[in-house]
Formats: sequence, C-alpha cells, structure tokens
Amino acid sequence: MNRPEAGARPASPTRNGAIRPIAGLSGRGHVLLAVFALFLLSVPVWGSSYIVTVGILILYLALVGQSWNLMLGFAGLLSIGHALFIGIGSYAAGYLFAKQGIPPILGVFVAVALAVLVGSIIGYLGFRFSISGVYFALLTIAFAEFARIMIDHATFLNGTQGLFLPVSAQDNKGVDLINLRGHPHMFYYLMMALALGTLGLCRWLLRSKLGYYWQAIRDDQEAAQSLGINVFRYKMYAVMISSAIAGIAGVFYAFYSNSLFPESTFAIERSIEVTLAPIVGGVSTLFGPIFGAFILTPLGEFITWVIDFLKHIGWIDPSLKLNGLKLLIWGFVVVLIVLFKPRGLWPWLRDKFALGRSDE
Amino acid sequence: MTAILEIDGLTKSFRGLRAVDNVSFSVDERCIFALIGPNGAGKTTMFNLIAGVFPPDIGTVRLSGKDVTGLRPDRLCAAGIGRTFQLVKPFPEMTVLENVTVGALRRATSVAAAEREAHRYLEMLELDGKTHQHAANLTLPDRKRLEVARALATQPRLLLLDEVMAGMRPTETDRMVVTLRRLRDETGLTIVLIEHVMRAVMALSERVAVLNHGEKIAEGTPQEVVADAAVLECYLGEEEL
Repeated sequence: MNRPEAGARPASPTRNGAIRPIAGLSGRGHVLLAVFALFLLSVPVWGSSYIVTVGILILYLALVGQSWNLMLGFAGLLSIGHALFIGIGSYAAGYLFAKQGIPPILGVFVAVALAVLVGSIIGYLGFRFSISGVYFALLTIAFAEFARIMIDHATFLNGTQGLFLPVSAQDNKGVDLINLRGHPHMFYYLMMALALGTLGLCRWLLRSKLGYYWQAIRDDQEAAQSLGINVFRYKMYAVMISSAIAGIAGVFYAFYSNSLFPESTFAIERSIEVTLAPIVGGVSTLFGPIFGAFILTPLGEFITWVIDFLKHIGWIDPSLKLNGLKLLIWGFVVVLIVLFKPRGLWPWLRDKFALGRSDE
Repeated sequence: MTAILEIDGLTKSFRGLRAVDNVSFSVDERCIFALIGPNGAGKTTMFNLIAGVFPPDIGTVRLSGKDVTGLRPDRLCAAGIGRTFQLVKPFPEMTVLENVTVGALRRATSVAAAEREAHRYLEMLELDGKTHQHAANLTLPDRKRLEVARALATQPRLLLLDEVMAGMRPTETDRMVVTLRRLRDETGLTIVLIEHVMRAVMALSERVAVLNHGEKIAEGTPQEVVADAAVLECYLGEEEL
C-alpha cells in the first residue's frame, strides 16, 4: 500500500529499505547535498576575497528567495514588495546601531518585530478584504513605495542622504558577533548558516500541519475552507514567517554593506530581484531558490566582467553607463525559463537524476 | 428519530433571481437523503447555503438543534459538516495521500497520525493504489472519490455529496452505493446527496426531496416521489421509470 508508483515520486524514503537520513532525498541526493555543503564550507579557504563576496551575494539571494518562496510557492501569495521587509530589517537595526548604539544582536529582535508587524498589516488588509492574486501583489508594491517615500523624508534616518553604519579599520579583522563587525569570512559563514538554516526551517514547516494547510490553500482556497481550515489565519502565518526571515536577512545585509539609501533599499527593482532566483530555480520547491541564486548571481557577475572587459579593450565607450544591463539580461533568462522550463531548472534536474521527492 | 439537519424557510436570490425559494425539510440522523431536480433547480445553491459558502437571505439552518445559519465553511466543518463539490476541487499539486491527509489533520494529533487515517479512507474509496499520484493526474471519477475520501477524513456527522456519481459507469455507481451504505451503517453518518443518476438515488436514499425553480415540489420515499404527478411533469418528463 505504501509502495510508490513509477514516475510519481521518484525517490521514496521506503524504496529498497535503504537508510536515508533525510526522507525525501534519494541516495544520490544525499551525496550531492553532502558535496554541496562541503563546497560551501570550503569557499573561504580557497576563494579570493572577490569569490567570497560573490558567495555572500549568492547566499543572501538564496535566503531572501526562500523567504519569498514561502509565500508564493507554499501558500500561493504573490509578493512584489519583499524589499519592504528586508528594508525594514536593515533600517531598524541600522538606526539602532548608528544612532542609539544598540548592537544588532538586540536590534535584530526589533527589526524582525517591525517587519512582522508591517507584514501583518498588509496581510490583514489583503485577506480581510479578500484581495488576492495580482491585486494582493499590487498591495505589497504600494506598501514598499509608501515606505520608500516615508523614509525619504524621515530626518532621524537621514532621509535621502542615507544611513551609514560606523566601521573602524580594525573591524574588518576580528569576529564580533554582537556588533556584527568582522572579516568578510564571518559574513560569509553567517549568511551560509542563515540560508541553510532557513532551508531546514522551510523543510520542517512544509512537512508540518502548517505546510499541508498552506499548500491546500494555494491549490484551492474554497476546498481548503470546506476542510475546516481557517484560511485567513494560515495566510497570516505565511506572511508573518516570510517577513520575519526577510527582516533578518535585511539586518545582516545592512551590517555587511554599511550604507542604506531609501531609493535603493526599497526600490521595486530590489523586490523583483528577490523573485528571480526562486523563479529560475523552481517555485514551490525547497531547494529551487538556492539553486536559482547559484545560477543568477554568477551570471550577473559574468555580465559585469564582460562589460568591463569590452570597455577596457575599447569596444564599448568607457563613459557609457550600463547599470540596468544586468537586470535586463536576468529578465531575459527568466523569459527563457518561463518559456522552456516553466517549473524552474531545479525540478527538471532533480527528476532527471532522481535526486529527491517532488517538493524537495 | 431525531433530526440532525433542519432547514426552515431557506431563501436565496441572486440579482433578483430566486435560486432557492422558501425551502424547508429535515433530515433524520443516520438517514440517506437525496435532493433531486432538473438542472438549475437550486440544488447546489442549497448545499452552499448549508455549508456556509454564502448566507441565506431568509431562513435558518439547524445542525442537531443548534442554529448554524451563515457560519463560515471552516466553522461548519468543525461543527461536523463535510462536503464535496459538483465541479471537483482537489488540490492538484498535492498527491492523493496528501489531499486526504489535509482533511484528516483537523482531528489528528500529528501529520503521521493523519496520514494513517488518510490511508484508511483511501482504502475505503478504492484509491489505495494511487496514493502517490498527483491529484491533477486522476480521472474524473477518481477525483470524485478523492473528494469523498477527503471530506470523510474530517470525520463529519453530516456528509453533503454533490453529484459524486456523475460520469461513473453503472458498475462503479453500484460500488459507490455499497461503500456509502456501509459507511452509514458502520459510522452512523448522515448523508445528503444531490444526484442525477436515478439508479443510485433509488438504490440508496430513504427519503427524497425534489426541487424545481428553487421551490420544493415534493418529498417522500423514492417510490412516492417517482409516482408524484408534479414531479413526473416537471422533472422526469415523459421518461418512464
């Protein structure tokens, strides 16, 4: 009765009775996961400072991508305002540190609380008044824009002039987890822990009652309700958990970059950027957002490198500004993915090589 | 016998059109009750009113004597009403097992316990060979069975079945009839069904109410109803039964 049929769920934990520490992953999946973890751990050992920087960016996108995917992929809620939650996290912890001298280890709690509060307000408005689909997405955009304009005029956050976090020369050497000051390697490992920790959290949530209810709501809200699910409450949980993760990501990003501007922090481009890795990797899968980040970020770096090279050899006028080109090419990649692999690259590879179950 | 469901003067209009017009009936506990009538008679609207999809304009719905008129669908599920949808609504991206597990989670203490429960209902509805298929890949009769299993997993006292036998072959219909009767006998469930398949209605139901243009035009045993002149005229037409 428990036996899986061919083609349905390629790697059932019960197949062959083999030992599988992580149910849902095949033997090959386990090997690959181990190799991947070792690779991540070893990057700062062999990588140049440039490689580590790219690694931090990848892990950051993987983290916020998972946060976004929790809403759309699991609960069916489309957000195009995720920069809002990230930005609130950044500004809250940044302000407390730069202006009040409160270390981020405390600031992160305020940051998360604020992000969850704003997420709850958006969720309440959206779900109480049955705003769904693209209209809900518009609501998230509106709030992000609202925050951008408000912080533009907030003098205590330095408005458009930007908020700068104090750094001293020796800060880049040590490891100070309380003040989030230290060597880039510290940020790399912190981002890695957050990205992988979130993967574990999402996995646990997806296989809990919460995950079942989210997926039911995503697939058919009316049917979910007829099975006794309080749709409003479970959608709220999704927004709250997602905005909490985004808020934490925002704190770490703020202390890594040390400068915050409302125009760039809350720009819609940032919100769209968050959605790209999950779309490329595979929405509704656990590993998709991480996989997508590993495709997109190196691609973006490669594009930047090519442009610099072409400017260097004089094929492109060096004074030409091509800031948007990376996003343009990312957009092109997304178009290709949506046309040819609409479920994302990861599900395709996973099933081709029988790495794991259809939600891994 | 005590009534589990009492409908009193239920009325619902959509843009001036009376979809359900002053309908009253009551269903005894452990009874299998059929709601029949031509297309557009207001049967599914009736179900949606009972299950709380929208509130009635006038009238009350009582469940075991308690007024439950206008409660939200999830509250009514908690109160003991399970339902299926005429236009099936399985969770397409979830497997058959996961679909039913969602239903069982309402009362189960853990996901593992809910899964064990789900297996029981899948076996009962003869879906145990398809547990790991995605619901989107099932045939229509299988999706209807899945809806029944999923609704049963919430352990309702009253089950509303909206045309679950439509599209089934006669042998499949007979098996479903046997399953439903067995369910009632074993668990004491009350079943209200909307059905066009008269073969099933005659075999299964103990009482039948007939709706036409939103009004109840007859109620009685299946034999009484099919002999009723008004029913013959409006619904069965010239068809001999």
